[in-house]
Formats: sequence, C-alpha cells, structure tokens
Amino acid sequence: MDWTPLILTFKLAFITTVLLLFISVPVAYWLAYSKSRLKPVMETLVSMPLVLPPTVLGFYMLIAFSPSNAFGGFLDKWLGLRLVFSFEGLILASVIYSLPFMVHPIQSGFSNLSSSLKDAAYVMGKSKTTTLFRILLPNIKPSLLTGIILAFAHTIGEFGVVLMIGGNISGKTKVASIAIYDEVESLNYVAANTYSLILFSITFVILLFVYAVNGGFIKKFWQ
Amino acid sequence: MIDVQLQKSLKAATGDLYLDVEFKIRRGELITLYGKSGAGKTSIFRMIAGLLDPDKGRIDVDEFVWLDTEKKINLPPQRRKIGFVFQEYALFPNMTVLENLRFARGKQSDDLFIKDLIDIVDLGDLQNRKPDTLSGGQKQRVALARALVQKPEILMLDEPLSALDYEIRNKLQVYILQVHKEFDLTTILISHDISEIIKMSDYLIELDRGMIIRQGIPAEVLTNHNISGKFQFVGEILTIKRQDFIFIITVLIGKEIIKVVADEDEGKKLSICDKVLIASKAFNPIIHKID
Repeated sequence: MDWTPLILTFKLAFITTVLLLFISVPVAYWLAYSKSRLKPVMETLVSMPLVLPPTVLGFYMLIAFSPSNAFGGFLDKWLGLRLVFSFEGLILASVIYSLPFMVHPIQSGFSNLSSSLKDAAYVMGKSKTTTLFRILLPNIKPSLLTGIILAFAHTIGEFGVVLMIGGNISGKTKVASIAIYDEVESLNYVAANTYSLILFSITFVILLFVYAVNGGFIKKFWQ
Repeated sequence: MIDVQLQKSLKAATGDLYLDVEFKIRRGELITLYGKSGAGKTSIFRMIAGLLDPDKGRIDVDEFVWLDTEKKINLPPQRRKIGFVFQEYALFPNMTVLENLRFARGKQSDDLFIKDLIDIVDLGDLQNRKPDTLSGGQKQRVALARALVQKPEILMLDEPLSALDYEIRNKLQVYILQVHKEFDLTTILISHDISEIIKMSDYLIELDRGMIIRQGIPAEVLTNHNISGKFQFVGEILTIKRQDFIFIITVLIGKEIIKVVADEDEGKKLSICDKVLIASKAFNPIIHKID
C-alpha cells in the first residue's frame, strides 16, 4: 500500500485552505459591503468554478502556464516557477477551483450580520480593520468554519483540474482521487477500494463535525 | 451650538423622498425628532453620525466643521465625537457586558470611569454576562452605558425605548435624563411617544416626508396651544360614554386610569385611542386632543 497519494492529498488540501482563508476574507468582505458596479462581475468570476467543468479550467491553466507560451515562459524564466505538472501548479489550481466554497459562506456571514454592529464600532472610533477582526469575524465563526471545511473537503475531492494541470506524477501530483482512477484502470480493485474507503470515511467525519458544531450539538454535549 | 443643514434624496418604504432640513441645537439641550415612520428621522441621525452621506449639506459643531459638501469636508464617523444608541441596541454578541464597554473605550477613559457608568445604570451584577442572555431593558442600559464610555459630545438615541414595556421605559427615561445632565451632554432623541417627549425634551422638531413641519417647546408644538395648566398629563382614551348632556371619558395616563368630563362639542371630536392632554387650571380640567 502506497500512502503518498493520501499524504499528498491532505497536504494539498491543507495548504489550499490556508491560502484561501487569507484570500477569501477580503474578497467576501468586498462582495458583502461594496456598492461598486463591478460587483456582479466579481461575483460571477468567483462563482464560475461552481458551474464550469473542471477540465475547462484545467485546460486554460495548462495553456497559460505552459513554458512554451508567453506567460508560462515568463514565470519559468524569471521566477523559476513552473506551474504545469508540479505541486505548486496544483495548489494554484485548487485555490481557484475551491474559491467559491470558501467565499460564499463568509460572504453570507457578513451580509447576515446586522449592519448596526459595524456602524456602532465606527461611531466608537474604531477603524475598519479593528472592526473586522474584533467584531465582524468573531461573530461569523460558524460561517468561517463552514468555509474552511467546505474548501478543505472540496480540495480532497478534486479530480478534473488536478489531472489536467498536474498529470499523474507519483509523489508530485498523483493525489488520492487520481490514484483511485489509476488503480481501477490497471484492474487493481483492492488498492482502489482502500483509497476510496479512506477518503469516504475522512470526508464523512469532517462534514459531520461541521454540522455538529454549527448545530450546537458539541456545545450541548460538553455542558 | 450645533448647526445642521442636510439635503438628500432617499428611497423610503413609502416611495421617493427628498429630505431637506435645517435646524440648530443649543449645547446641553435635549431635543427630540418626532414624526411618522419614513419621515427621515433615522436618515438625519445617520448623516449626523457620518454613517450616511448627504447629497448636500453642512454640519457645524461649535467652531468645528464636521461636514461641508461644498468644501468637500466629510469627517468619518470615527472622528465625530458621538455616542450612538441604536434602535436594536447593536451590542457585540461575542463580548460580555464589560468587554462591550471596554471595547468602546477610547484613549481618554479608564476603568474607573467604566465602573462609574456600570454603577449609574445598575449593571453591576450583569457585567460578565453575554448580551444574548439579557432582557430588552438590560440591553438598553448596556447600550446607553457603552455610548457614554467615549465621553461623547453628542448623545444620539434612536427610539431607544420603543420596544420596552411601560415600567422599564419610565425607569430608563430617568437614567437618560440623569446622564444627560450629569455628563453635560447635548442629546438628540428619536421618539414616537408623546408623554416621553413632553417629559424629557427641551425642544421638539416634527418631521413629515423629509421636511420640518413644526418645531418648538414640545408641549406647545404638540397641543398647538400654550396652556398654562397647574398640572398636565398626556394619555390615551380608553372609553367614551355619553351621559345626558356630557361625555365621561376614561383616559389611561401611564398606569393610572382616570375619568374626565367633556361637554358635547368636545366629546364629539374625540374617539377611542386618541392621544389627549389633560390639564387643570384651578380645578377645572381641560381635555385637549393631540394630533
């Protein structure tokens, strides 16, 4: 049994989630409070990965980041960054692909929060940043948790984008979902089953945890 | 002296509304904005606090300019020295009562002052509770104390007592009057309750569809008359009974029910639920409808 695909999957999911948290809070904040005319465009872009086949995203990223094209060549030559068939490429693709799963819960968390909380903090002389970290974020913890877990779980379940941009390089880009496909193709059902069962159990437990926490069951249990 | 001139077109629930007001507030006064919902009261509040930008206007507070659209001056809410009590209290749910007050503290105020405030509004036993576990009246007291922590120059109260029952409302009116005097505040209040207005405010501004329609001493504005009563109360008519040539009118004043006699002409003008002013001039009570 080769554990590398599973380790790679969780490493990818963890890094993606951490990066997404830093990206999504400002994006969600802007989407929740901005009155800009560009807002619908931004909202559409963020939501695109929900409806687009992952292969479309993967295909365009493959083209863009290929070292034989201008942008990919520039990254390769000047930054030494090759984003096709590499782990870094997988991270970037996952961040884009899971963006809506993190942004949407946080955005609706902000929108559902009474605007007078923000106003009250401003009138008290608190800056926007202080208000965000001391008032807004602590009061949307369930939304943050939902976003974090959904992004994490969704990255574990990725297949199409990863296959397109990462390929199937053992120890580098061969994550669990691809390993399953690989094992099935070589008729190795036992290995495929092991990977599948592990992914199934872990994602089940993660989602159960979110629903239990947000539903208040854990709190009740501890009291 | 606070000088306010504001113009803004608003989208109200009742349709488009052009708000155009101009008024002055003297230091240390408690003034009330009064009017139907959708008259623009809350919008005026938000513009004074800097939470809403007017299309055109000026706000001068003593020698300081808070807002001047012509000179493109518009101080952000953070730099206007205002204590704001929101209609829905806006207490921070993630903090205890004490933490709410401490968060509000600027550089000027210390723990001692917070302790004083907690004593003034009787929050001693509640300071470690989260807002969700408090009753409406308790939340309102926290909101009031929190608005005072920053030692504001202007205290603004947006219908602070409308959701509370009579007894608690009465008590809180006393608290508000007490802090208004004690901290030498200039206070602006939004209220619908006529007895509250007459009891609390020095000056009344009545708004309708974005315009000031009447202003002056509350009792005079609300009754249209200058009644020099020995005593006067505001109440609500519960029943009207005809008895021969007179009407016997039952009025609820606060928690008390009293009966007043009205002659035929007066009686015909009154109906149940009317707000009335009962005044007495040397033992002959006068009953007068308030519109």
